[in-house]
Amino acid sequence: MSDTQTSAPAGPAGLAPRPETGRLSISHVGKVYDPDGSAVVAVEDFSLEVAAGDFVAIVGPSGCGKSTLLNVLAGFDTLTSGEVLLDGTPLARPGLAPRPGPDRVVVFQHGALFPWMTVLDNVTYGLVKQQKMPRAEARRRAMELLAASGDLDQIAGSFPAKLSSGMQRRVEIIRALINDPKVLLLDEPFRAMDTVNKNTMHRHLLELYRRNRKTIIFITHDLEEALFLADRVIVMTTRPGKMKMDIAVDLPRPRTRAMMASDAYLALREKAVVAVSEEAKRAFERGEREMA
Amino acid sequence: MENATVDPLVPARAAKRRSWKLPRLDWRGTAAVAGFFLAWQLAVILALPGFDEIPGPWEVLNTFVGEFLFSADYWASWAVSFQRVFLGFLIAQVIGIPLGLFFGINATLRSLVFPVFEMMRPIPPLAWVPLSILFWPTNESSIIFITFIGAFFIITINVFEGVRSIRPEHVWLARSLGAGTFRIFRKIMLPAVIPSIAVGMTLGIAVTWNVVIAAEMIASDSGLGRLTWEGYVSSTPTVVVVGMISIGIAGYLSTVIVDWIERKMMPWKAGR
Repeated sequence: MSDTQTSAPAGPAGLAPRPETGRLSISHVGKVYDPDGSAVVAVEDFSLEVAAGDFVAIVGPSGCGKSTLLNVLAGFDTLTSGEVLLDGTPLARPGLAPRPGPDRVVVFQHGALFPWMTVLDNVTYGLVKQQKMPRAEARRRAMELLAASGDLDQIAGSFPAKLSSGMQRRVEIIRALINDPKVLLLDEPFRAMDTVNKNTMHRHLLELYRRNRKTIIFITHDLEEALFLADRVIVMTTRPGKMKMDIAVDLPRPRTRAMMASDAYLALREKAVVAVSEEAKRAFERGEREMA
Repeated sequence: MENATVDPLVPARAAKRRSWKLPRLDWRGTAAVAGFFLAWQLAVILALPGFDEIPGPWEVLNTFVGEFLFSADYWASWAVSFQRVFLGFLIAQVIGIPLGLFFGINATLRSLVFPVFEMMRPIPPLAWVPLSILFWPTNESSIIFITFIGAFFIITINVFEGVRSIRPEHVWLARSLGAGTFRIFRKIMLPAVIPSIAVGMTLGIAVTWNVVIAAEMIASDSGLGRLTWEGYVSSTPTVVVVGMISIGIAGYLSTVIVDWIERKMMPWKAGR
Protein backbone atom coordinates (compact mmCIF):
# COMPACT_ATOMS: atom_id res chain seq x y z
CA MET A 1 0.00 0.00 0.00
CA SER A 2 1.27 3.44 -0.86
CA ASP A 3 1.75 5.70 2.09
CA THR A 4 -0.13 8.91 1.58
CA GLN A 5 -1.09 11.48 -0.96
CA THR A 6 -1.99 14.36 1.31
CA SER A 7 -0.53 15.09 4.66
CA ALA A 8 -0.30 17.81 7.23
CA PRO A 9 2.50 20.32 6.89
CA ALA A 10 5.49 19.11 8.88
CA GLY A 11 5.07 19.76 12.59
CA PRO A 12 4.57 23.42 13.40
CA ALA A 13 5.65 24.56 16.82
CA GLY A 14 4.31 22.35 19.55
CA LEU A 15 2.63 19.66 17.47
CA ALA A 16 3.96 16.28 18.49
CA PRO A 17 5.88 14.43 15.77
CA ARG A 18 4.02 12.10 13.46
CA PRO A 19 3.56 8.73 15.21
CA GLU A 20 5.06 5.62 13.64
CA THR A 21 1.87 3.64 13.68
CA GLY A 22 -1.69 4.44 12.77
CA ARG A 23 -1.63 4.33 8.96
CA LEU A 24 -5.07 3.41 7.66
CA SER A 25 -5.69 2.05 4.18
CA ILE A 26 -9.34 1.85 3.30
CA SER A 27 -9.78 0.44 -0.17
CA HIS A 28 -12.97 -0.09 -2.17
CA VAL A 29 -14.94 -0.66 0.97
CA GLY A 30 -18.63 -1.52 0.73
CA LYS A 31 -21.33 -2.41 3.20
CA VAL A 32 -24.73 -3.78 2.28
CA TYR A 33 -27.33 -4.34 4.95
CA ASP A 34 -29.82 -7.02 4.12
CA PRO A 35 -31.99 -7.63 7.14
CA ASP A 36 -35.21 -8.53 5.31
CA GLY A 37 -34.34 -9.22 1.71
CA SER A 38 -34.37 -5.59 0.60
CA ALA A 39 -30.69 -4.73 0.38
CA VAL A 40 -29.63 -1.31 1.60
CA VAL A 41 -26.26 -0.14 0.38
CA ALA A 42 -24.82 1.90 3.22
CA VAL A 43 -21.32 2.41 1.85
CA GLU A 44 -20.13 1.80 -1.70
CA ASP A 45 -16.62 1.67 -3.13
CA PHE A 46 -15.13 4.00 -0.54
CA SER A 47 -11.36 4.38 -0.55
CA LEU A 48 -9.16 6.49 1.67
CA GLU A 49 -5.51 6.51 2.65
CA VAL A 50 -4.78 8.10 5.99
CA ALA A 51 -1.20 8.80 7.03
CA ALA A 52 -0.20 8.04 10.63
CA GLY A 53 -1.01 10.99 12.86
CA ASP A 54 -3.35 12.72 10.41
CA PHE A 55 -6.54 14.34 11.62
CA VAL A 56 -9.21 13.43 9.09
CA ALA A 57 -12.80 14.63 9.28
CA ILE A 58 -15.56 12.89 7.37
CA VAL A 59 -18.57 15.05 6.55
CA GLY A 60 -21.82 13.98 4.96
CA PRO A 61 -25.58 14.11 5.31
CA SER A 62 -27.30 11.93 7.90
CA GLY A 63 -27.55 8.32 6.86
CA CYS A 64 -24.64 8.53 4.41
CA GLY A 65 -22.86 5.63 6.03
CA LYS A 66 -20.32 7.62 8.04
CA SER A 67 -21.16 5.79 11.24
CA THR A 68 -21.20 2.45 9.44
CA LEU A 69 -17.69 3.17 8.26
CA LEU A 70 -16.61 4.09 11.77
CA ASN A 71 -18.15 0.92 13.23
CA VAL A 72 -16.23 -1.13 10.67
CA LEU A 73 -12.99 0.61 11.61
CA ALA A 74 -13.70 0.06 15.30
CA GLY A 75 -14.41 -3.62 14.76
CA PHE A 76 -18.09 -3.55 15.69
CA ASP A 77 -19.35 -4.37 12.22
CA THR A 78 -18.35 -6.40 9.16
CA LEU A 79 -17.66 -5.45 5.55
CA THR A 80 -19.36 -6.85 2.49
CA SER A 81 -16.63 -5.79 0.09
CA GLY A 82 -13.22 -4.17 0.06
CA GLU A 83 -10.57 -4.16 2.73
CA VAL A 84 -9.25 -2.06 5.61
CA LEU A 85 -5.62 -2.28 6.67
CA LEU A 86 -4.06 -0.75 9.76
CA ASP A 87 -0.29 -0.45 9.34
CA GLY A 88 -0.53 -3.15 6.70
CA THR A 89 -2.43 -5.62 8.88
CA PRO A 90 -5.97 -6.48 7.77
CA LEU A 91 -8.59 -5.05 10.09
CA ALA A 92 -11.67 -5.78 8.10
CA ARG A 93 -12.56 -7.63 4.94
CA PRO A 94 -15.50 -9.84 4.01
CA GLY A 95 -15.41 -13.03 6.04
CA LEU A 96 -13.14 -11.62 8.72
CA ALA A 97 -14.81 -11.57 12.13
CA PRO A 98 -15.06 -8.05 13.57
CA ARG A 99 -12.34 -7.57 16.13
CA PRO A 100 -12.51 -4.52 18.40
CA GLY A 101 -9.32 -3.60 20.21
CA PRO A 102 -7.63 -0.94 22.30
CA ASP A 103 -5.68 0.22 19.23
CA ARG A 104 -8.91 1.79 17.89
CA VAL A 105 -11.06 3.41 20.53
CA VAL A 106 -14.35 5.15 19.79
CA VAL A 107 -15.94 8.18 21.40
CA PHE A 108 -19.65 7.94 20.73
CA GLN A 109 -22.15 10.63 19.86
CA HIS A 110 -24.28 10.10 22.95
CA GLY A 111 -21.40 9.25 25.20
CA ALA A 112 -20.68 5.87 26.69
CA LEU A 113 -19.05 6.44 30.04
CA PHE A 114 -19.99 3.63 32.40
CA PRO A 115 -22.40 5.35 34.80
CA TRP A 116 -21.60 2.92 37.61
CA MET A 117 -17.89 3.75 37.65
CA THR A 118 -16.24 6.92 38.87
CA VAL A 119 -14.47 9.12 36.35
CA LEU A 120 -11.14 7.67 37.43
CA ASP A 121 -12.33 4.07 37.15
CA ASN A 122 -13.77 4.83 33.74
CA VAL A 123 -10.50 6.26 32.50
CA THR A 124 -8.33 3.47 33.87
CA TYR A 125 -10.74 0.66 32.95
CA GLY A 126 -8.96 -0.35 29.76
CA LEU A 127 -5.44 -0.13 31.14
CA VAL A 128 -6.30 -2.29 34.09
CA LYS A 129 -8.24 -4.82 31.99
CA GLN A 130 -5.37 -5.26 29.56
CA GLN A 131 -2.93 -5.40 32.46
CA LYS A 132 -0.75 -2.89 30.68
CA MET A 133 0.30 -1.35 33.95
CA PRO A 134 -0.44 -1.71 37.65
CA ARG A 135 -3.54 0.03 38.91
CA ALA A 136 -1.59 2.63 40.86
CA GLU A 137 0.39 3.69 37.83
CA ALA A 138 -2.70 3.71 35.63
CA ARG A 139 -4.32 6.03 38.16
CA ARG A 140 -1.36 8.35 38.22
CA ARG A 141 -1.33 8.55 34.41
CA ALA A 142 -5.06 9.16 34.39
CA MET A 143 -4.79 11.96 36.96
CA GLU A 144 -2.08 13.63 34.86
CA LEU A 145 -4.18 13.55 31.72
CA LEU A 146 -7.29 14.69 33.58
CA ALA A 147 -5.40 17.55 35.19
CA ALA A 148 -4.04 18.63 31.83
CA SER A 149 -7.54 18.88 30.38
CA GLY A 150 -8.95 21.77 32.36
CA ASP A 151 -8.60 20.48 35.92
CA LEU A 152 -10.72 17.40 35.35
CA ASP A 153 -8.71 15.72 38.12
CA GLN A 154 -10.91 17.64 40.55
CA ILE A 155 -13.86 15.44 39.65
CA ALA A 156 -11.96 12.15 39.37
CA GLY A 157 -13.99 10.63 42.20
CA SER A 158 -17.38 11.68 40.86
CA PHE A 159 -19.79 9.55 38.94
CA PRO A 160 -20.46 10.61 35.32
CA ALA A 161 -24.05 11.67 36.00
CA LYS A 162 -22.66 14.56 38.03
CA LEU A 163 -20.72 15.96 35.06
CA SER A 164 -21.81 18.33 32.33
CA SER A 165 -21.97 16.80 28.87
CA GLY A 166 -18.84 18.71 27.87
CA MET A 167 -16.91 17.28 30.82
CA GLN A 168 -18.25 13.81 30.07
CA ARG A 169 -17.05 13.97 26.51
CA ARG A 170 -13.62 15.22 27.57
CA VAL A 171 -13.34 12.34 30.04
CA GLU A 172 -14.26 9.96 27.24
CA ILE A 173 -11.62 11.34 24.94
CA ILE A 174 -9.08 10.93 27.72
CA ARG A 175 -10.30 7.39 28.37
CA ALA A 176 -9.64 6.66 24.72
CA LEU A 177 -6.26 8.41 24.61
CA ILE A 178 -4.85 6.81 27.74
CA ASN A 179 -5.02 3.46 25.98
CA ASP A 180 -2.56 4.86 23.47
CA PRO A 181 -4.65 3.83 20.48
CA LYS A 182 -3.23 3.93 17.00
CA VAL A 183 -6.45 5.42 15.75
CA LEU A 184 -8.93 7.57 17.65
CA LEU A 185 -12.45 7.33 16.27
CA LEU A 186 -14.78 10.20 17.10
CA ASP A 187 -18.41 9.76 16.10
CA GLU A 188 -19.98 13.24 16.17
CA PRO A 189 -18.87 13.67 19.77
CA PHE A 190 -19.95 17.30 20.09
CA ARG A 191 -23.17 17.07 18.15
CA ALA A 192 -25.59 17.96 20.92
CA MET A 193 -23.59 20.95 22.18
CA ASP A 194 -24.10 24.66 21.78
CA THR A 195 -21.50 26.83 20.05
CA VAL A 196 -19.75 28.00 23.20
CA ASN A 197 -19.37 24.48 24.52
CA LYS A 198 -18.31 23.24 21.14
CA ASN A 199 -15.55 25.84 20.92
CA THR A 200 -14.27 24.84 24.34
CA MET A 201 -14.31 21.20 23.31
CA HIS A 202 -12.44 21.98 20.10
CA ARG A 203 -9.75 23.75 22.06
CA HIS A 204 -9.37 20.80 24.42
CA LEU A 205 -9.37 18.27 21.60
CA LEU A 206 -6.74 20.16 19.61
CA GLU A 207 -4.61 20.51 22.71
CA LEU A 208 -4.83 16.77 23.36
CA TYR A 209 -4.02 16.14 19.70
CA ARG A 210 -1.03 18.47 19.88
CA ARG A 211 0.42 16.62 22.85
CA ASN A 212 -0.58 13.05 22.02
CA ARG A 213 -0.76 13.00 18.29
CA LYS A 214 -2.74 10.06 16.91
CA THR A 215 -4.50 9.27 13.72
CA ILE A 216 -7.96 10.73 14.23
CA ILE A 217 -11.07 9.93 12.24
CA PHE A 218 -13.65 12.53 13.17
CA ILE A 219 -17.20 12.05 11.93
CA THR A 220 -19.42 15.10 11.83
CA HIS A 221 -22.08 16.82 9.80
CA ASP A 222 -20.76 20.23 10.84
CA LEU A 223 -18.53 21.47 8.05
CA GLU A 224 -17.10 24.42 9.95
CA GLU A 225 -16.06 22.11 12.75
CA ALA A 226 -14.43 19.72 10.30
CA LEU A 227 -12.45 22.47 8.56
CA PHE A 228 -11.35 24.01 11.83
CA LEU A 229 -10.08 20.75 13.34
CA ALA A 230 -8.82 18.54 10.56
CA ASP A 231 -5.89 18.22 8.17
CA ARG A 232 -8.21 16.70 5.61
CA VAL A 233 -11.94 16.89 5.16
CA ILE A 234 -13.64 14.09 3.27
CA VAL A 235 -17.08 14.90 1.94
CA MET A 236 -19.25 11.82 1.49
CA THR A 237 -22.17 11.46 -0.87
CA THR A 238 -25.61 10.61 0.37
CA ARG A 239 -26.40 6.89 0.61
CA PRO A 240 -24.79 4.82 -0.77
CA GLY A 241 -21.85 6.63 0.80
CA LYS A 242 -19.00 7.27 -1.61
CA MET A 243 -16.24 9.80 -1.51
CA LYS A 244 -17.37 13.06 -3.05
CA MET A 245 -14.47 15.34 -2.30
CA ASP A 246 -11.13 15.20 -0.49
CA ILE A 247 -10.10 18.62 0.77
CA ALA A 248 -6.63 19.26 2.18
CA VAL A 249 -6.83 21.92 4.88
CA ASP A 250 -3.45 23.66 4.68
CA LEU A 251 -4.02 25.93 7.62
CA PRO A 252 -1.13 26.01 10.10
CA ARG A 253 -1.41 24.65 13.63
CA PRO A 254 -2.18 25.68 16.27
CA ARG A 255 -5.47 26.68 14.72
CA THR A 256 -7.12 29.87 15.84
CA ARG A 257 -10.56 31.32 15.29
CA ALA A 258 -8.90 34.21 13.44
CA MET A 259 -7.85 31.80 10.69
CA MET A 260 -11.49 31.18 9.99
CA ALA A 261 -11.62 34.66 8.46
CA SER A 262 -8.60 34.21 6.19
CA ASP A 263 -9.01 34.11 2.41
CA ALA A 264 -7.42 30.67 2.26
CA TYR A 265 -10.01 29.31 4.67
CA LEU A 266 -12.94 31.03 3.01
CA ALA A 267 -11.95 29.61 -0.36
CA LEU A 268 -11.79 26.11 1.11
CA ARG A 269 -15.09 26.58 2.80
CA GLU A 270 -16.79 27.77 -0.33
CA LYS A 271 -15.64 24.69 -2.20
CA ALA A 272 -16.80 22.38 0.56
CA VAL A 273 -20.12 24.10 1.17
CA VAL A 274 -21.15 23.53 -2.44
CA ALA A 275 -20.28 19.85 -2.25
CA VAL A 276 -22.00 19.31 1.09
CA SER A 277 -25.16 21.16 0.20
CA GLU A 278 -25.48 19.23 -3.07
CA GLU A 279 -25.48 16.02 -1.09
CA ALA A 280 -27.77 17.36 1.58
CA LYS A 281 -30.22 18.35 -1.13
CA ARG A 282 -30.02 14.91 -2.74
CA ALA A 283 -30.54 13.25 0.63
CA PHE A 284 -33.52 15.49 1.28
CA GLU A 285 -35.09 14.79 -2.09
CA ARG A 286 -34.59 11.08 -1.69
CA GLY A 287 -36.13 11.29 1.75
CA GLU A 288 -39.18 12.93 0.21
CA ARG A 289 -39.35 10.22 -2.42
CA GLU A 290 -39.09 7.52 0.21
CA MET A 291 -41.83 9.13 2.23
CA ALA A 292 -44.12 9.39 -0.81
CA MET B 1 -20.66 -5.43 44.47
CA GLU B 2 -18.97 -2.21 43.51
CA ASN B 3 -15.57 -1.80 45.05
CA ALA B 4 -15.87 0.40 48.08
CA THR B 5 -12.17 0.79 48.70
CA VAL B 6 -11.10 4.08 50.17
CA ASP B 7 -9.17 5.98 47.57
CA PRO B 8 -6.57 8.53 48.59
CA LEU B 9 -6.86 10.17 45.18
CA VAL B 10 -10.44 11.07 45.81
CA PRO B 11 -10.98 13.92 48.21
CA ALA B 12 -14.74 13.84 47.78
CA ARG B 13 -15.06 10.58 49.67
CA ALA B 14 -13.05 11.65 52.68
CA ALA B 15 -15.07 14.82 52.97
CA LYS B 16 -18.32 12.91 53.01
CA ARG B 17 -19.89 13.44 56.40
CA ARG B 18 -23.31 12.69 57.65
CA SER B 19 -25.10 15.24 59.75
CA TRP B 20 -28.08 14.24 61.86
CA LYS B 21 -30.42 17.15 61.95
CA LEU B 22 -34.01 17.04 63.12
CA PRO B 23 -36.22 17.47 60.09
CA ARG B 24 -38.17 20.70 60.12
CA LEU B 25 -41.71 20.07 61.30
CA ASP B 26 -44.14 20.11 58.40
CA TRP B 27 -47.11 22.05 59.87
CA ARG B 28 -49.54 21.28 57.10
CA GLY B 29 -48.71 17.60 57.20
CA THR B 30 -49.11 17.49 60.97
CA ALA B 31 -52.41 19.30 60.78
CA ALA B 32 -53.65 16.91 58.11
CA VAL B 33 -52.80 13.83 60.16
CA ALA B 34 -54.29 15.33 63.35
CA GLY B 35 -57.39 16.33 61.38
CA PHE B 36 -57.77 12.80 60.07
CA PHE B 37 -57.75 11.24 63.52
CA LEU B 38 -60.03 13.96 64.86
CA ALA B 39 -62.55 13.41 62.07
CA TRP B 40 -62.43 9.68 62.64
CA GLN B 41 -63.01 10.10 66.39
CA LEU B 42 -65.86 12.54 65.71
CA ALA B 43 -67.48 10.19 63.23
CA VAL B 44 -67.46 7.45 65.85
CA ILE B 45 -68.77 9.73 68.66
CA LEU B 46 -71.58 11.05 66.43
CA ALA B 47 -72.27 7.47 65.28
CA LEU B 48 -72.42 8.50 61.65
CA PRO B 49 -74.00 5.89 59.33
CA GLY B 50 -71.71 2.89 59.08
CA PHE B 51 -69.59 3.90 62.04
CA ASP B 52 -71.69 2.26 64.73
CA GLU B 53 -69.42 -0.77 64.93
CA ILE B 54 -66.15 0.96 64.07
CA PRO B 55 -63.88 1.76 67.02
CA GLY B 56 -62.46 5.25 67.38
CA PRO B 57 -58.72 5.92 67.36
CA TRP B 58 -58.63 6.49 71.10
CA GLU B 59 -60.22 3.12 71.78
CA VAL B 60 -57.81 1.48 69.36
CA LEU B 61 -54.85 3.11 71.07
CA ASN B 62 -56.09 1.95 74.47
CA THR B 63 -56.57 -1.59 73.24
CA PHE B 64 -53.16 -1.54 71.62
CA VAL B 65 -51.35 -0.37 74.74
CA GLY B 66 -53.39 -2.56 77.05
CA GLU B 67 -53.52 -5.82 75.12
CA PHE B 68 -50.89 -5.81 72.41
CA LEU B 69 -47.89 -3.65 73.12
CA PHE B 70 -46.54 -6.02 75.77
CA SER B 71 -47.95 -9.21 74.30
CA ALA B 72 -45.43 -11.74 73.07
CA ASP B 73 -48.07 -13.24 70.77
CA TYR B 74 -48.56 -9.92 69.02
CA TRP B 75 -44.87 -9.47 68.28
CA ALA B 76 -44.68 -13.10 67.23
CA SER B 77 -47.27 -12.25 64.55
CA TRP B 78 -44.93 -9.52 63.30
CA ALA B 79 -42.02 -11.92 63.27
CA VAL B 80 -43.94 -14.61 61.42
CA SER B 81 -45.23 -12.25 58.72
CA PHE B 82 -41.86 -10.63 58.28
CA GLN B 83 -40.22 -14.00 57.97
CA ARG B 84 -42.68 -15.08 55.27
CA VAL B 85 -42.19 -11.85 53.36
CA PHE B 86 -38.43 -12.10 53.73
CA LEU B 87 -38.21 -15.70 52.57
CA GLY B 88 -40.64 -15.32 49.67
CA PHE B 89 -38.94 -12.12 48.55
CA LEU B 90 -35.45 -13.55 48.92
CA ILE B 91 -36.22 -16.74 47.01
CA ALA B 92 -37.86 -14.64 44.29
CA GLN B 93 -34.64 -12.61 43.96
CA VAL B 94 -32.39 -15.65 44.02
CA ILE B 95 -34.34 -17.39 41.26
CA GLY B 96 -35.74 -14.38 39.40
CA ILE B 97 -32.53 -12.39 38.88
CA PRO B 98 -30.54 -15.20 37.25
CA LEU B 99 -33.58 -16.27 35.22
CA GLY B 100 -34.09 -12.71 33.94
CA LEU B 101 -30.41 -12.51 33.05
CA PHE B 102 -30.60 -15.81 31.18
CA PHE B 103 -33.70 -14.67 29.30
CA GLY B 104 -31.75 -11.60 28.24
CA ILE B 105 -28.55 -13.39 27.28
CA ASN B 106 -29.53 -16.77 25.95
CA ALA B 107 -32.04 -16.78 23.10
CA THR B 108 -32.38 -20.55 23.15
CA LEU B 109 -33.31 -20.67 26.81
CA ARG B 110 -35.66 -17.75 26.30
CA SER B 111 -37.54 -19.43 23.47
CA LEU B 112 -37.78 -22.64 25.51
CA VAL B 113 -38.91 -21.21 28.84
CA PHE B 114 -40.40 -17.81 28.15
CA PRO B 115 -43.73 -19.00 26.66
CA VAL B 116 -44.49 -21.02 29.80
CA PHE B 117 -43.38 -18.11 31.93
CA GLU B 118 -45.69 -15.73 30.08
CA MET B 119 -48.54 -18.21 30.39
CA MET B 120 -48.19 -18.33 34.19
CA ARG B 121 -47.49 -14.64 34.71
CA PRO B 122 -51.07 -13.28 34.49
CA ILE B 123 -52.34 -15.72 37.13
CA PRO B 124 -52.79 -13.70 40.34
CA PRO B 125 -50.72 -15.03 43.25
CA LEU B 126 -53.81 -15.71 45.35
CA ALA B 127 -55.21 -17.98 42.66
CA TRP B 128 -52.30 -20.23 43.54
CA VAL B 129 -53.50 -20.74 47.13
CA PRO B 130 -55.54 -23.95 46.75
CA LEU B 131 -53.03 -25.74 44.55
CA SER B 132 -50.22 -24.55 46.72
CA ILE B 133 -51.83 -26.01 49.83
CA LEU B 134 -52.31 -29.31 48.03
CA PHE B 135 -48.78 -29.35 46.67
CA TRP B 136 -46.64 -28.25 49.59
CA PRO B 137 -46.33 -30.46 52.67
CA THR B 138 -46.82 -27.66 55.22
CA ASN B 139 -48.97 -24.56 55.37
CA GLU B 140 -45.89 -22.50 56.05
CA SER B 141 -44.17 -23.57 52.85
CA SER B 142 -47.31 -22.97 50.79
CA ILE B 143 -47.63 -19.41 52.15
CA ILE B 144 -43.98 -18.71 51.41
CA PHE B 145 -44.51 -20.14 47.95
CA ILE B 146 -47.46 -17.83 47.27
CA THR B 147 -45.42 -14.88 48.53
CA PHE B 148 -42.61 -15.95 46.25
CA ILE B 149 -44.99 -16.07 43.28
CA GLY B 150 -46.03 -12.50 44.04
CA ALA B 151 -42.51 -11.13 43.61
CA PHE B 152 -40.96 -13.66 41.23
CA PHE B 153 -42.60 -12.64 37.94
CA ILE B 154 -42.10 -8.96 38.59
CA ILE B 155 -38.41 -9.42 39.38
CA THR B 156 -37.72 -11.67 36.43
CA ILE B 157 -39.47 -9.42 33.91
CA ASN B 158 -37.66 -6.34 35.20
CA VAL B 159 -34.24 -7.97 35.01
CA PHE B 160 -35.01 -9.25 31.52
CA GLU B 161 -36.03 -5.76 30.40
CA GLY B 162 -32.88 -4.42 32.04
CA VAL B 163 -30.67 -6.74 30.00
CA ARG B 164 -32.49 -5.79 26.83
CA SER B 165 -31.98 -2.11 27.47
CA ILE B 166 -28.21 -2.35 27.96
CA ARG B 167 -26.66 0.12 25.54
CA PRO B 168 -24.67 -1.68 22.85
CA GLU B 169 -22.12 1.16 23.00
CA HIS B 170 -21.19 0.10 26.53
CA VAL B 171 -20.58 -3.48 25.48
CA TRP B 172 -18.69 -2.44 22.34
CA LEU B 173 -16.54 -0.06 24.26
CA ALA B 174 -15.69 -2.59 26.94
CA ARG B 175 -14.70 -4.97 24.18
CA SER B 176 -12.53 -2.29 22.57
CA LEU B 177 -10.85 -1.70 25.88
CA GLY B 178 -9.94 -5.36 26.12
CA ALA B 179 -12.65 -6.93 28.26
CA GLY B 180 -13.56 -10.56 27.60
CA THR B 181 -17.03 -12.04 27.71
CA PHE B 182 -16.95 -12.86 31.41
CA ARG B 183 -15.65 -9.43 32.40
CA ILE B 184 -18.27 -7.77 30.25
CA PHE B 185 -20.90 -9.78 32.06
CA ARG B 186 -19.55 -8.93 35.50
CA LYS B 187 -18.47 -5.32 35.03
CA ILE B 188 -20.87 -4.07 32.35
CA MET B 189 -24.01 -6.18 32.20
CA LEU B 190 -24.53 -6.74 35.91
CA PRO B 191 -24.16 -3.09 36.94
CA ALA B 192 -26.22 -1.99 33.96
CA VAL B 193 -29.03 -4.25 35.16
CA ILE B 194 -28.91 -3.19 38.81
CA PRO B 195 -31.35 -0.26 38.35
CA SER B 196 -33.86 -2.71 36.87
CA ILE B 197 -33.29 -5.12 39.75
CA ALA B 198 -34.01 -2.22 42.09
CA VAL B 199 -37.28 -1.43 40.32
CA GLY B 200 -38.22 -5.08 40.58
CA MET B 201 -37.42 -5.05 44.30
CA THR B 202 -39.52 -1.96 44.98
CA LEU B 203 -42.52 -3.36 43.14
CA GLY B 204 -41.87 -6.84 44.51
CA ILE B 205 -41.82 -5.92 48.18
CA ALA B 206 -45.16 -4.12 47.90
CA VAL B 207 -46.81 -7.10 46.20
CA THR B 208 -45.23 -9.45 48.70
CA TRP B 209 -46.97 -7.77 51.63
CA ASN B 210 -50.30 -7.73 49.79
CA VAL B 211 -50.00 -11.40 49.08
CA VAL B 212 -48.76 -12.55 52.47
CA ILE B 213 -51.60 -10.81 54.32
CA ALA B 214 -54.28 -12.31 52.08
CA ALA B 215 -52.65 -15.72 52.21
CA GLU B 216 -52.51 -15.59 56.00
CA MET B 217 -56.20 -14.73 56.17
CA ILE B 218 -57.07 -17.71 53.99
CA ALA B 219 -54.64 -20.37 54.97
CA SER B 220 -52.74 -19.71 58.14
CA ASP B 221 -53.14 -19.61 61.91
CA SER B 222 -50.49 -17.00 62.52
CA GLY B 223 -49.18 -13.67 61.29
CA LEU B 224 -50.51 -10.13 61.07
CA GLY B 225 -53.04 -11.08 58.40
CA ARG B 226 -54.43 -13.81 60.65
CA LEU B 227 -54.53 -11.41 63.61
CA THR B 228 -56.66 -8.99 61.60
CA TRP B 229 -58.94 -11.72 60.37
CA GLU B 230 -59.44 -13.16 63.83
CA GLY B 231 -60.43 -9.71 65.04
CA TYR B 232 -63.19 -9.78 62.46
CA VAL B 233 -64.28 -13.34 63.15
CA SER B 234 -64.40 -12.73 66.92
CA SER B 235 -66.26 -9.43 66.44
CA THR B 236 -63.55 -7.31 68.03
CA PRO B 237 -63.12 -4.51 65.51
CA THR B 238 -60.44 -2.79 67.61
CA VAL B 239 -58.22 -5.78 66.90
CA VAL B 240 -58.96 -5.45 63.18
CA VAL B 241 -57.80 -1.83 63.22
CA VAL B 242 -54.71 -2.67 65.27
CA GLY B 243 -53.91 -5.35 62.67
CA MET B 244 -54.44 -2.96 59.76
CA ILE B 245 -52.19 -0.31 61.24
CA SER B 246 -49.56 -2.91 62.08
CA ILE B 247 -49.60 -4.19 58.51
CA GLY B 248 -49.25 -0.64 57.21
CA ILE B 249 -46.26 0.02 59.43
CA ALA B 250 -44.68 -3.32 58.53
CA GLY B 251 -45.04 -2.60 54.82
CA TYR B 252 -43.60 0.85 55.26
CA LEU B 253 -40.60 -0.48 57.20
CA SER B 254 -39.94 -3.05 54.48
CA THR B 255 -40.02 -0.33 51.85
CA VAL B 256 -37.54 1.74 53.84
CA ILE B 257 -35.20 -1.24 54.13
CA VAL B 258 -35.47 -2.06 50.43
CA ASP B 259 -34.83 1.59 49.51
CA TRP B 260 -31.74 1.56 51.67
CA ILE B 261 -30.45 -1.62 50.03
CA GLU B 262 -31.11 -0.12 46.60
CA ARG B 263 -29.11 2.99 47.42
CA LYS B 264 -26.24 0.79 48.56
CA MET B 265 -26.45 -1.17 45.32
CA MET B 266 -26.29 1.97 43.16
CA PRO B 267 -23.90 4.47 44.69
CA TRP B 268 -23.72 6.24 41.33
CA LYS B 269 -27.39 7.17 41.56
CA ALA B 270 -27.03 8.84 44.93
CA GLY B 271 -25.92 12.44 45.07
CA ARG B 272 -22.19 12.91 44.89
